[in-house]
Amino acid sequence: MTNGRETGSIARGTQRIGAIALFAFRLLAACGPALARPGLIVEQIYNAGGRSLIIIMLSGMSTGAVLGLQGYNLLQRFGSEDVLGVAAALSLIKELGPVLTALLFAGRAGTALTSEIGLMRATDQLTAMDIMAVDPVRHVVAPRFLGGLISMPLLTAVFSIAGLFGAQLVGVQMMGVDVGSFWSQMQSSVALHDVNEGIVKSLVFGFVVTLIAVYEGYHTDATAEGVGLATTRTVVASSVLTLLIDYMLTAAFL
Amino acid sequence: MTASEPHAAALHDAAGDVVVEASDVDYSIGGRQIFSGLTLRARRGRITAVMGPSGTGKTTLLKLITAQAYADSGAVRVWGRDVGHLRTREVFAMRRRMGMLFQNGALLTDLDVFENVAFPLREHTNLSEPLIRALVLTKLQAVGLRGAASLMPAELSGGMARRVALARAVVMDPELLIYDEPFVGLDPIGLGMILRLIQMMNEALGITSIVVSHDVQELAMIAHDSYLIAEGRVVAAGTPKELEASDSPIVRQFLSGSPDGPVPFQYPAPEYAQQLLEGEVR
Repeated sequence: MTNGRETGSIARGTQRIGAIALFAFRLLAACGPALARPGLIVEQIYNAGGRSLIIIMLSGMSTGAVLGLQGYNLLQRFGSEDVLGVAAALSLIKELGPVLTALLFAGRAGTALTSEIGLMRATDQLTAMDIMAVDPVRHVVAPRFLGGLISMPLLTAVFSIAGLFGAQLVGVQMMGVDVGSFWSQMQSSVALHDVNEGIVKSLVFGFVVTLIAVYEGYHTDATAEGVGLATTRTVVASSVLTLLIDYMLTAAFL
Repeated sequence: MTASEPHAAALHDAAGDVVVEASDVDYSIGGRQIFSGLTLRARRGRITAVMGPSGTGKTTLLKLITAQAYADSGAVRVWGRDVGHLRTREVFAMRRRMGMLFQNGALLTDLDVFENVAFPLREHTNLSEPLIRALVLTKLQAVGLRGAASLMPAELSGGMARRVALARAVVMDPELLIYDEPFVGLDPIGLGMILRLIQMMNEALGITSIVVSHDVQELAMIAHDSYLIAEGRVVAAGTPKELEASDSPIVRQFLSGSPDGPVPFQYPAPEYAQQLLEGEVR
């Protein structure tokens, strides 16, 4: 009995992954024509990225401030507080920036995307487009997907910069780490491949989180409950996948 | 007219005159049989009413016609072509020749009234801005809402939203116009407006119309041909007057609005007294 149920859920899970993959192919094919209308994409970059700026900057600064505090506390035990800048920069650029931005993006922009597209489904707007011989994937989904994909690396950069500012504020201004060694150590120790790791991660997370958000919205049940469930699934699936993929990418970069 | 000869009048028409034809269509979803042996026709330049109790699959029929769903067996032909065998590109080409009015209007909520009506023109044509403006204002004038061009869908009443949706549905000058429950939830004035507009679109523009509804009185005023669907098939067909003269029990029940009859008041359930005495919670 249990085996049957497990087999059923494995089958459903596999079916779902297959459905998302097929949707991704359809979506990528629609991205080319969607690029011909940059206005729609810019609007979505504003919606997904611009409107997330405040939360990303605040979270980045707080994360950086905590890093400054904890980092200083740990490093001063070994008399190495001069490397606080490096520690904060590498943590932010390689890990915390991409991962936390993806988690925040899933909660802020991902849910907005899912519920917006889901409500369009529930109110027949997507069907109406279909009947007007306009492909909703090309017109509605692709610009939102591209908007999310472009926004994520930019938001990650903003998060990391705000984080460094927060770490500097606490480490240098409050704890008294030398400002010269804070920045010069960082400059000499952070290499281009560290930055590349962060950029690749943010692009992959942007792809995964935005894909899940638009997939869930597009395939929502056309009811209030359906839209709510789809939004929840977006947050859960993108958060878990972000953390799983982060491990894989980190292992690949080492 | 009886169930065995549901569309005798329509059968005599020349094939070229038929715009939409469902032949012996079976369709089921989620294990539930919606249609079994459904057969009907909509003829060029006429208003065809499809009536039936709620839940008989009237909206599903529209999905079959617009290729949003496909028949399990039998065929749905639009302009002589089986929609089940069309490629995606052909489906889009077919849809460009038709317009559909949704029950709730289905206006795009992020665009104002003007842009909603202009949407199909912007998507499918390269017309100049002045020409698009003229076309949109003409259609809005026809539905009496030229003055509401700058309003957002959220600012419209139900009837106004439906009239805007109608303007959008006809902006590409379709040959076939499909109305899904156009009268639901309208006050008498809004209802009268929609009735007049359906008639006007048909008479002035010669658009073939299919109106799916359960509002018998309203449909009788405008329809040229009527079909009554129940239990997955056509149970009566003819002009509204022929339907009114029918002595079929289900037609009588539907037209007179009797709460009980061939369509039972009670949803199928175990024997009443026995269930009460069993003492189970549900």
